[in-house]
Amino acid sequence: MLSKSEIFKRGSLDISPHMLSVIPFGIICGAIGVEMGFDPYLVYAMSIIIFGGASQIVFLQLLSGGASSFIAVTSVGIINSRHLLYGAVLSEYLEKLTLFKKLIISYFIVDQGFAESNKYFKKNKNQKNIHYHLLGTGITMWVCWQISTILGIILGSFIPDELGLKFAVPLTFIAILIGEFRKIDHVIVILVSGISSLLFFEAPLKSYIIISPIVALFTASLVLRFKK
Amino acid sequence: MTWLSIIIAGILTYITRMTMITLVDRRVLGTKLKQVLGYVPAAVFPAIIFPAIFYNDYGNLIELTDPKIYGAIIAILVGYLSRNIIATIFSGLISYWIIIFLL
Repeated sequence: MLSKSEIFKRGSLDISPHMLSVIPFGIICGAIGVEMGFDPYLVYAMSIIIFGGASQIVFLQLLSGGASSFIAVTSVGIINSRHLLYGAVLSEYLEKLTLFKKLIISYFIVDQGFAESNKYFKKNKNQKNIHYHLLGTGITMWVCWQISTILGIILGSFIPDELGLKFAVPLTFIAILIGEFRKIDHVIVILVSGISSLLFFEAPLKSYIIISPIVALFTASLVLRFKK
Repeated sequence: MTWLSIIIAGILTYITRMTMITLVDRRVLGTKLKQVLGYVPAAVFPAIIFPAIFYNDYGNLIELTDPKIYGAIIAILVGYLSRNIIATIFSGLISYWIIIFLL
Protein backbone atom coordinates (compact mmCIF):
# COMPACT_ATOMS: atom_id res chain seq x y z
CA MET A 1 0.00 0.00 0.00
CA LEU A 2 1.45 3.32 -1.05
CA SER A 3 1.40 6.27 1.32
CA LYS A 4 -0.29 9.55 0.43
CA SER A 5 2.99 11.23 -0.38
CA GLU A 6 4.14 8.30 -2.50
CA ILE A 7 0.93 8.49 -4.54
CA PHE A 8 1.37 12.26 -4.86
CA LYS A 9 4.94 11.77 -6.10
CA ARG A 10 3.76 9.15 -8.54
CA GLY A 11 1.31 11.65 -10.01
CA SER A 12 4.00 14.27 -10.17
CA LEU A 13 6.30 11.83 -11.95
CA ASP A 14 3.59 10.67 -14.36
CA ILE A 15 2.89 14.18 -15.59
CA SER A 16 6.49 15.39 -15.70
CA PRO A 17 7.27 14.27 -19.28
CA HIS A 18 4.53 16.64 -20.45
CA MET A 19 6.49 19.57 -19.01
CA LEU A 20 8.66 19.29 -22.13
CA SER A 21 5.86 21.01 -23.94
CA VAL A 22 4.02 22.77 -21.11
CA ILE A 23 6.99 24.93 -20.08
CA PRO A 24 7.71 26.34 -23.56
CA PHE A 25 3.98 26.87 -24.04
CA GLY A 26 3.75 28.76 -20.74
CA ILE A 27 6.67 30.97 -21.74
CA ILE A 28 5.01 31.70 -25.08
CA CYS A 29 1.72 32.40 -23.32
CA GLY A 30 3.31 34.97 -20.97
CA ALA A 31 5.38 36.57 -23.71
CA ILE A 32 2.48 36.90 -26.16
CA GLY A 33 0.32 38.67 -23.56
CA VAL A 34 2.96 41.31 -22.86
CA GLU A 35 3.75 41.68 -26.57
CA MET A 36 0.10 42.39 -27.25
CA GLY A 37 0.38 45.28 -24.83
CA PHE A 38 -1.49 43.92 -21.82
CA ASP A 39 -0.53 44.81 -18.26
CA PRO A 40 2.01 42.16 -17.11
CA TYR A 41 0.15 41.72 -13.80
CA LEU A 42 -3.02 41.03 -15.69
CA VAL A 43 -1.30 38.51 -17.96
CA TYR A 44 0.10 36.73 -14.92
CA ALA A 45 -3.14 36.88 -12.91
CA MET A 46 -4.79 34.85 -15.65
CA SER A 47 -2.47 31.94 -14.90
CA ILE A 48 -3.86 31.86 -11.36
CA ILE A 49 -7.47 32.86 -11.99
CA ILE A 50 -8.14 30.91 -15.20
CA PHE A 51 -5.22 28.45 -15.17
CA GLY A 52 -5.86 27.08 -18.65
CA GLY A 53 -3.24 27.59 -21.34
CA ALA A 54 -5.12 27.64 -24.62
CA SER A 55 -8.05 29.61 -23.21
CA GLN A 56 -5.72 32.29 -21.80
CA ILE A 57 -4.14 32.89 -25.20
CA VAL A 58 -7.50 32.95 -26.97
CA PHE A 59 -8.88 35.40 -24.41
CA LEU A 60 -6.04 37.87 -24.98
CA GLN A 61 -6.08 37.42 -28.75
CA LEU A 62 -9.80 38.12 -28.92
CA LEU A 63 -9.56 41.23 -26.76
CA SER A 64 -6.57 42.63 -28.62
CA GLY A 65 -8.36 41.90 -31.88
CA GLY A 66 -11.20 44.14 -30.75
CA ALA A 67 -13.74 41.50 -29.73
CA SER A 68 -16.13 42.39 -26.88
CA SER A 69 -15.38 41.10 -23.40
CA PHE A 70 -18.60 39.11 -23.61
CA ILE A 71 -17.25 37.17 -26.58
CA ALA A 72 -13.87 36.69 -24.93
CA VAL A 73 -15.41 35.40 -21.69
CA THR A 74 -17.87 33.14 -23.49
CA SER A 75 -15.07 31.67 -25.59
CA VAL A 76 -13.07 30.84 -22.47
CA GLY A 77 -16.15 29.13 -21.02
CA ILE A 78 -16.70 27.10 -24.18
CA ILE A 79 -13.04 26.10 -24.60
CA ASN A 80 -12.91 24.98 -20.98
CA SER A 81 -16.25 23.19 -21.06
CA ARG A 82 -14.28 20.02 -21.87
CA HIS A 83 -13.53 19.90 -18.13
CA LEU A 84 -17.16 18.87 -17.67
CA LEU A 85 -16.33 15.64 -19.46
CA TYR A 86 -13.18 15.13 -17.38
CA GLY A 87 -15.20 15.69 -14.21
CA ALA A 88 -17.82 13.16 -15.27
CA VAL A 89 -15.07 10.56 -15.77
CA LEU A 90 -13.18 11.37 -12.58
CA SER A 91 -16.23 11.62 -10.32
CA GLU A 92 -16.32 7.86 -9.91
CA TYR A 93 -12.93 7.86 -8.24
CA LEU A 94 -13.50 10.96 -6.14
CA GLU A 95 -17.00 10.29 -4.85
CA LYS A 96 -15.89 9.38 -1.34
CA LEU A 97 -14.17 12.71 -0.76
CA THR A 98 -15.78 15.45 1.31
CA LEU A 99 -17.30 18.36 -0.58
CA PHE A 100 -14.51 20.63 0.63
CA LYS A 101 -11.82 18.35 -0.78
CA LYS A 102 -13.72 18.03 -4.05
CA LEU A 103 -13.86 21.80 -4.33
CA ILE A 104 -10.11 22.13 -3.77
CA ILE A 105 -9.11 19.31 -6.08
CA SER A 106 -11.34 20.67 -8.87
CA TYR A 107 -9.15 23.74 -9.28
CA PHE A 108 -6.19 21.55 -10.25
CA ILE A 109 -7.86 19.60 -13.04
CA VAL A 110 -5.99 20.06 -16.32
CA ASP A 111 -5.86 18.10 -19.57
CA GLN A 112 -2.63 16.21 -19.01
CA GLY A 113 -3.38 15.66 -15.32
CA PHE A 114 -6.79 14.26 -16.12
CA ALA A 115 -5.32 11.93 -18.73
CA GLU A 116 -2.48 10.58 -16.61
CA SER A 117 -4.46 10.33 -13.36
CA ASN A 118 -7.32 8.63 -15.16
CA LYS A 119 -4.90 5.95 -16.37
CA TYR A 120 -3.65 5.50 -12.81
CA PHE A 121 -7.17 5.39 -11.36
CA LYS A 122 -8.24 2.69 -13.79
CA LYS A 123 -5.37 0.46 -12.67
CA ASN A 124 -5.59 1.22 -8.94
CA LYS A 125 -9.32 1.53 -8.36
CA ASN A 126 -9.33 -0.09 -4.98
CA GLN A 127 -6.35 1.62 -3.50
CA LYS A 128 -6.87 4.18 -0.75
CA ASN A 129 -6.18 7.89 -1.22
CA ILE A 130 -5.79 7.68 -4.99
CA HIS A 131 -6.94 11.30 -5.26
CA TYR A 132 -3.42 12.25 -4.18
CA HIS A 133 -2.37 11.20 -7.66
CA LEU A 134 -4.63 13.85 -9.15
CA LEU A 135 -3.22 16.40 -6.72
CA GLY A 136 0.28 15.33 -7.77
CA THR A 137 -0.39 15.82 -11.46
CA GLY A 138 -2.40 19.01 -10.93
CA ILE A 139 -0.06 20.77 -8.52
CA THR A 140 3.04 19.89 -10.56
CA MET A 141 1.32 21.33 -13.59
CA TRP A 142 0.25 24.42 -11.63
CA VAL A 143 3.76 25.17 -10.36
CA CYS A 144 5.34 24.72 -13.80
CA TRP A 145 2.64 26.82 -15.41
CA GLN A 146 3.13 29.69 -12.95
CA ILE A 147 6.91 29.67 -13.31
CA SER A 148 6.87 29.44 -17.08
CA THR A 149 4.31 32.21 -17.61
CA ILE A 150 6.30 34.48 -15.27
CA LEU A 151 9.46 33.65 -17.25
CA GLY A 152 7.66 34.53 -20.47
CA ILE A 153 6.41 37.82 -19.03
CA ILE A 154 9.78 38.90 -17.66
CA LEU A 155 12.06 37.70 -20.40
CA GLY A 156 9.69 38.10 -23.32
CA SER A 157 9.89 35.67 -26.18
CA PHE A 158 13.53 34.73 -25.64
CA ILE A 159 12.72 31.54 -27.46
CA PRO A 160 13.05 32.39 -31.16
CA ASP A 161 9.81 32.08 -33.12
CA GLU A 162 11.63 30.08 -35.79
CA LEU A 163 11.89 27.13 -33.41
CA GLY A 164 8.15 26.68 -33.78
CA LEU A 165 7.77 25.50 -30.20
CA LYS A 166 4.03 25.91 -30.41
CA PHE A 167 4.17 22.61 -32.25
CA ALA A 168 4.98 21.01 -28.87
CA VAL A 169 1.34 21.54 -27.88
CA PRO A 170 -0.24 19.07 -30.30
CA LEU A 171 2.69 16.73 -29.58
CA THR A 172 1.93 16.56 -25.85
CA PHE A 173 -1.66 15.65 -26.68
CA ILE A 174 -0.57 13.02 -29.19
CA ALA A 175 1.62 11.60 -26.42
CA ILE A 176 -1.42 11.37 -24.14
CA LEU A 177 -3.20 9.18 -26.67
CA ILE A 178 -0.39 6.73 -27.48
CA GLY A 179 -1.99 4.06 -25.31
CA GLU A 180 -5.12 4.16 -27.46
CA PHE A 181 -3.57 3.76 -30.91
CA ARG A 182 -3.74 -0.03 -30.69
CA LYS A 183 -7.47 -0.18 -30.07
CA ILE A 184 -9.46 0.13 -33.26
CA ASP A 185 -12.60 1.47 -31.54
CA HIS A 186 -10.56 4.26 -29.94
CA VAL A 187 -8.87 5.03 -33.25
CA ILE A 188 -12.28 5.46 -34.88
CA VAL A 189 -13.34 7.89 -32.14
CA ILE A 190 -10.02 9.77 -32.45
CA LEU A 191 -10.46 10.19 -36.21
CA VAL A 192 -14.09 11.29 -35.92
CA SER A 193 -13.20 13.89 -33.31
CA GLY A 194 -10.21 15.16 -35.27
CA ILE A 195 -12.00 15.39 -38.59
CA SER A 196 -15.02 17.11 -37.09
CA SER A 197 -12.77 19.62 -35.34
CA LEU A 198 -11.48 20.60 -38.79
CA LEU A 199 -15.00 20.73 -40.23
CA PHE A 200 -16.36 22.85 -37.36
CA PHE A 201 -13.23 24.96 -36.95
CA GLU A 202 -15.00 28.07 -38.19
CA ALA A 203 -17.99 27.61 -35.86
CA PRO A 204 -18.51 30.64 -33.60
CA LEU A 205 -16.80 31.12 -30.22
CA LYS A 206 -14.33 28.24 -30.72
CA SER A 207 -17.21 25.87 -30.20
CA TYR A 208 -15.51 23.16 -32.29
CA ILE A 209 -13.67 22.28 -29.08
CA ILE A 210 -16.85 20.94 -27.51
CA ILE A 211 -18.87 20.07 -30.65
CA SER A 212 -16.23 17.58 -31.86
CA PRO A 213 -16.02 15.61 -28.60
CA ILE A 214 -19.82 15.38 -28.51
CA VAL A 215 -19.92 14.06 -32.09
CA ALA A 216 -17.09 11.65 -31.22
CA LEU A 217 -18.79 10.40 -28.03
CA PHE A 218 -21.98 9.84 -29.99
CA THR A 219 -19.91 7.79 -32.44
CA ALA A 220 -18.45 5.91 -29.48
CA SER A 221 -21.93 4.93 -28.34
CA LEU A 222 -22.64 3.56 -31.82
CA VAL A 223 -19.30 1.73 -31.84
CA LEU A 224 -20.19 0.16 -28.49
CA ARG A 225 -23.43 -1.12 -29.96
CA PHE A 226 -21.51 -2.88 -32.75
CA LYS A 227 -18.95 -4.34 -30.37
CA LYS A 228 -21.57 -6.45 -28.62
CA MET B 1 -13.05 46.03 -17.34
CA THR B 2 -10.47 43.50 -18.54
CA TRP B 3 -9.86 42.50 -14.92
CA LEU B 4 -13.55 41.91 -14.39
CA SER B 5 -13.69 39.78 -17.55
CA ILE B 6 -10.76 37.69 -16.36
CA ILE B 7 -12.43 37.09 -13.02
CA ILE B 8 -15.68 36.06 -14.68
CA ALA B 9 -13.77 33.83 -17.12
CA GLY B 10 -11.96 32.31 -14.14
CA ILE B 11 -15.18 31.62 -12.27
CA LEU B 12 -16.70 30.06 -15.39
CA THR B 13 -13.64 27.88 -15.84
CA TYR B 14 -13.73 26.80 -12.21
CA ILE B 15 -17.40 25.90 -12.57
CA THR B 16 -16.57 23.67 -15.55
CA ARG B 17 -13.99 21.93 -13.37
CA MET B 18 -16.06 21.38 -10.25
CA THR B 19 -19.62 20.83 -11.49
CA MET B 20 -19.41 17.20 -12.50
CA ILE B 21 -17.11 16.23 -9.65
CA THR B 22 -19.38 17.63 -6.97
CA LEU B 23 -22.77 16.96 -8.52
CA VAL B 24 -22.53 13.69 -10.40
CA ASP B 25 -23.44 10.62 -8.48
CA ARG B 26 -21.92 7.80 -10.49
CA ARG B 27 -24.52 5.36 -9.20
CA VAL B 28 -27.07 7.29 -11.24
CA LEU B 29 -25.03 6.90 -14.42
CA GLY B 30 -25.93 3.74 -16.32
CA THR B 31 -23.30 1.21 -17.41
CA LYS B 32 -23.82 2.31 -21.01
CA LEU B 33 -22.99 5.91 -20.20
CA LYS B 34 -19.98 4.86 -18.15
CA GLN B 35 -18.69 2.88 -21.12
CA VAL B 36 -19.11 5.88 -23.38
CA LEU B 37 -17.21 8.04 -20.88
CA GLY B 38 -14.29 5.64 -21.30
CA TYR B 39 -13.82 7.28 -24.69
CA VAL B 40 -13.49 10.82 -23.32
CA PRO B 41 -9.71 11.12 -23.91
CA ALA B 42 -10.09 9.79 -27.47
CA ALA B 43 -12.98 12.20 -28.05
CA VAL B 44 -11.51 15.38 -26.56
CA PHE B 45 -7.79 15.51 -27.36
CA PRO B 46 -7.98 15.11 -31.17
CA ALA B 47 -10.10 18.29 -31.24
CA ILE B 48 -7.03 20.07 -29.85
CA ILE B 49 -4.46 18.13 -31.91
CA PHE B 50 -5.95 18.36 -35.40
CA PRO B 51 -6.53 22.14 -35.61
CA ALA B 52 -3.11 22.78 -34.01
CA ILE B 53 -1.52 20.78 -36.81
CA PHE B 54 -3.66 21.59 -39.82
CA TYR B 55 -4.22 25.30 -39.24
CA ASN B 56 -1.55 27.98 -39.07
CA ASP B 57 -1.44 30.96 -36.68
CA TYR B 58 -3.68 32.96 -38.99
CA GLY B 59 -6.47 30.40 -39.09
CA ASN B 60 -5.72 29.14 -42.61
CA LEU B 61 -5.41 25.49 -43.57
CA ILE B 62 -1.79 24.52 -44.16
CA GLU B 63 -0.33 22.92 -47.29
CA LEU B 64 0.09 19.15 -47.38
CA THR B 65 3.85 19.70 -47.58
CA ASP B 66 3.94 21.48 -44.19
CA PRO B 67 6.62 20.09 -41.83
CA LYS B 68 4.06 19.94 -38.97
CA ILE B 69 2.26 17.11 -40.75
CA TYR B 70 5.43 15.02 -41.03
CA GLY B 71 6.48 15.80 -37.46
CA ALA B 72 3.08 14.63 -36.26
CA ILE B 73 3.20 11.43 -38.32
CA ILE B 74 6.62 10.58 -36.91
CA ALA B 75 5.47 11.33 -33.36
CA ILE B 76 2.47 9.04 -33.85
CA LEU B 77 4.64 6.21 -35.22
CA VAL B 78 7.20 6.57 -32.44
CA GLY B 79 4.41 6.77 -29.86
CA TYR B 80 2.76 3.68 -31.27
CA LEU B 81 5.99 1.67 -31.17
CA SER B 82 7.59 2.99 -27.98
CA ARG B 83 4.54 3.91 -25.88
CA ASN B 84 6.80 6.50 -24.31
CA ILE B 85 5.69 10.10 -23.80
CA ILE B 86 9.14 11.71 -23.94
CA ALA B 87 10.12 9.75 -27.04
CA THR B 88 6.87 10.81 -28.71
CA ILE B 89 7.29 14.53 -28.03
CA PHE B 90 11.01 14.57 -28.82
CA SER B 91 10.76 12.60 -32.05
CA GLY B 92 8.04 14.92 -33.29
CA LEU B 93 9.96 18.08 -32.42
CA ILE B 94 13.29 16.87 -33.71
CA SER B 95 11.93 15.60 -37.02
CA TYR B 96 10.11 18.94 -37.38
CA TRP B 97 13.34 20.84 -36.75
CA ILE B 98 15.29 18.63 -39.16
CA ILE B 99 12.77 19.40 -41.86
CA ILE B 100 12.67 23.17 -41.30
CA PHE B 101 16.39 23.72 -40.67
CA LEU B 102 18.17 21.10 -42.75
CA LEU B 103 15.96 20.27 -45.70
